Parts: sequence; structure tokens; C-alpha cells
Amino acid sequence: MTVGLVIVSHSARIAEGVVELAAQMAPSVVIAPAGGTDDGGIGTSFDKVQVALATAESGDGVVVLCDLGSAVLTAETALDFAGEPERIRIADAPIVEGAVAAAVAAESGAGIEQVLAAAQDQAPAAEPATAAAGASSPEGAAVLEVELANEHGLHARPAAELVRTASGFDAHVTVNGVDAKSMLRVLALGLDHGATARFEATGAQAAEAIAAIERLAGEGFGE
Amino acid sequence: MNGLDGAWTRRWIEAVAAEVAARKSELTALDRAIGDGDHGENLDRGFQAVLGKLDSLDSQATPGAVLKLVATTLISTVGGAAGPLYGTAFLKGAMAAGDRDELDAAALVEVLTAARDGIVARGKAEPNDKTMVDAWTPAVEAASAAGGDVRAVLEAAAAAAAEGAAATEPLVAHKGRASYLGERAIGHRDPGAESTALVLRAAADTA
Repeated sequence: MTVGLVIVSHSARIAEGVVELAAQMAPSVVIAPAGGTDDGGIGTSFDKVQVALATAESGDGVVVLCDLGSAVLTAETALDFAGEPERIRIADAPIVEGAVAAAVAAESGAGIEQVLAAAQDQAPAAEPATAAAGASSPEGAAVLEVELANEHGLHARPAAELVRTASGFDAHVTVNGVDAKSMLRVLALGLDHGATARFEATGAQAAEAIAAIERLAGEGFGE
Repeated sequence: MNGLDGAWTRRWIEAVAAEVAARKSELTALDRAIGDGDHGENLDRGFQAVLGKLDSLDSQATPGAVLKLVATTLISTVGGAAGPLYGTAFLKGAMAAGDRDELDAAALVEVLTAARDGIVARGKAEPNDKTMVDAWTPAVEAASAAGGDVRAVLEAAAAAAAEGAAATEPLVAHKGRASYLGERAIGHRDPGAESTALVLRAAADTA
């Protein structure tokens, strides 16, 4: 069981495309599309949103991602009619980035508030990948430096593997200075093939987290 | 005449459906200028669906029951922002009407106020944002101040809504798709404010 997601778009194809993209990184999360009007036109459908909310609810709640204004209005109206509105959260986030970040968080077993926070986490402007490398580490931090062998660097799928792995430990984990549990922040680093990724972990399971990331890196981050 | 009953509520909604059908192109043209060009078609689809469902209501249905049917049908069938907004308006109006068999002047003011408050809560627009709130708010204020019988209340609301709709023309939009246009929205009437004026005019004309 994980938190489910609902993708509300004016276009059926956008909703399905976002589901397709996010599902690639979160195979066990139920992500339900609610795109277009009932007769297949451009717009949003209250009934489709209601059906999608029911589909995505598997006991842990649902986070809703929306595109333009009236998609939010339709989702909020559906909330008014929901039996347990407190189990549904509407994210204030860009639909594609928010859905991907939320899906990765849900896949790692995060609760509804954490999934919502992952979706709404604003990705900072990408900093040069080397900026944090070589910076002084917090005392007692477990550290790992890896040269990225992946052909396309730490792009979406390997980044999702990293976020899922890091999220599994009771530790604060960073990669080149940003939160390694945040999909959007990891992606914003833009780490390409051959770049150096510096991982630092502190906290109760810091050593275990770094060991797991070392194993993951050895497997090419799942690629 | 004292109050307005379920039969009036049906006449009102049937008149709205007829007016929306007749002015569909005009509403869509307003929306094409500053929005996504579907307001007339969307509302027409919604109110035609309402017409199809009115027959299924008990002939003794209260005003509140009719308004609730309108609300749920519009929410399910309109497809644009107008669906949730008008749907919420009619739903809150239905709740304010409760199970009363007739709406007197004071009850009508309550219904209109609840409808306006529902739209504001749903759309989070404020006066002068160039939205339907700019027709609803003067309508509610005029209805509250009207005194007199149900006709006087609805006539005041309809006239104020029409003035409010016309007054959206010089405004820059702060909500909805028109807000992307900045000053280019100046000179165009807001389609939601215009359809609000239509809905309230029909209410007055059928009372």
C-alpha cells in the first residue's frame, strides 16, 4: 500500500502522459489519470476526478496534481463531495515535476503529508555540479565520492533510484549539498556522465545509507 | 404573490437554458477574446443536461431540490471553470433554501448571498478581478437593499448584475485564463459576469 496519485488535466493525453512518466519511477504506486471532459474534449470532468480518486485510494490517502486553474476548481469541488476529504490533498505544484516527485516519494513509502511536500518542493536553480564538491563535511559524516558512469548522468530514472534508496534510511543524506531524498533537487543538479557526485550522510543510519548508495552506484543506479 | 415555489424555480432554470442556447455564440465570442473560447458551449451543454433531468424530479419538488439538481448536473457536465463555480453557487443556494416550499424576499436574499459566497470561496476572486464576482456582488448588495417583494428583490439583483458585468470591461483580469493577458484584457467584458447577468435576468423575468 502506498499513497495514490490523481493527475487532473484539461487534456486526456496530458493526464495519461504524466501517468506514464511518473509510473516509470514508481511501479507500485496507483496513479490515476483524470483528463479531458466526459465526451473526450478539452476541459475537466468532475465525474472522471471522482472515479480517479476512488481508484487511487488504497488506504493511505491520495495526492492530486492539477494543470490549469479550472482543474484545481474541479478537484476542490470533488473534495467537497468526498466522504473523507482529509485523506485527499491537492498539491500546489507543476503537474509534471510535482507528479514525478510525488510518485518517487510515494514509492518509498512516504505518508500523505510527505508525498505532498515532495510534490510542492520547489526545485532550486541548478548550481554548478562542482560547487559543493570538496566543501568541508559536517563532523562525523559518512562520505562517498563517485564518478558517474551512467551515459546520461543522474537523469530521472537513476535519480529516482537514488531518492528511493536514500529515503529508506534514518539519515540526512545529501548529494553535492542538496537533499538526496528530494527528486526535484537531485534532478536540478543536472549531474552529467563523468561528473563527480559527493554523498554525505549524517544521523543514526548514516553508514548504512552510504553503503547502500555505494552498492547502488556500483550497479549503475539501476541502469 | 408572496413567495416563489418549486414551479418558479423550474421556469427560471428553463428560461436560463433557453437564453444560454440563444446567446451561446455571444458568450463564446466574449470568452474567445480573453479566455479559452468555450464559455457559451460549456454552459449550453450544462443547462441542456439540466433540462433533461428536470423531468425526473417530483412535480412537488421544492426550490432547494431543483437548485440541487442544477448544481450536481452543472458540476458533472460543464467541463470548464464555470462548472465548479456555477455548480457551487447553485449548491450553496440550495442549502440556503433548505426544504422551504416557497422562498420569500428574505429567503431569496439568503439564497443569492450563499451562492455568491460559494463562488468567492471556490474561485478566490475578489471584486474588480474581472470575474463573475463582479456581477454577483453588486447583485447581492442590491437585492439586500431592495426591500419589497420577491419581484423587487430579483429585479434589483438582475439590474445590478447587468451593470456589474458592463463594468468589467475596463478592468485588468486577476483570475482565470484572462489574467495571462494583462492589459490586453482591457476593453473586453468578462464572459462569466455576463452569463451571471443572464441567469439573474431570467430569474427576475420569470418571477
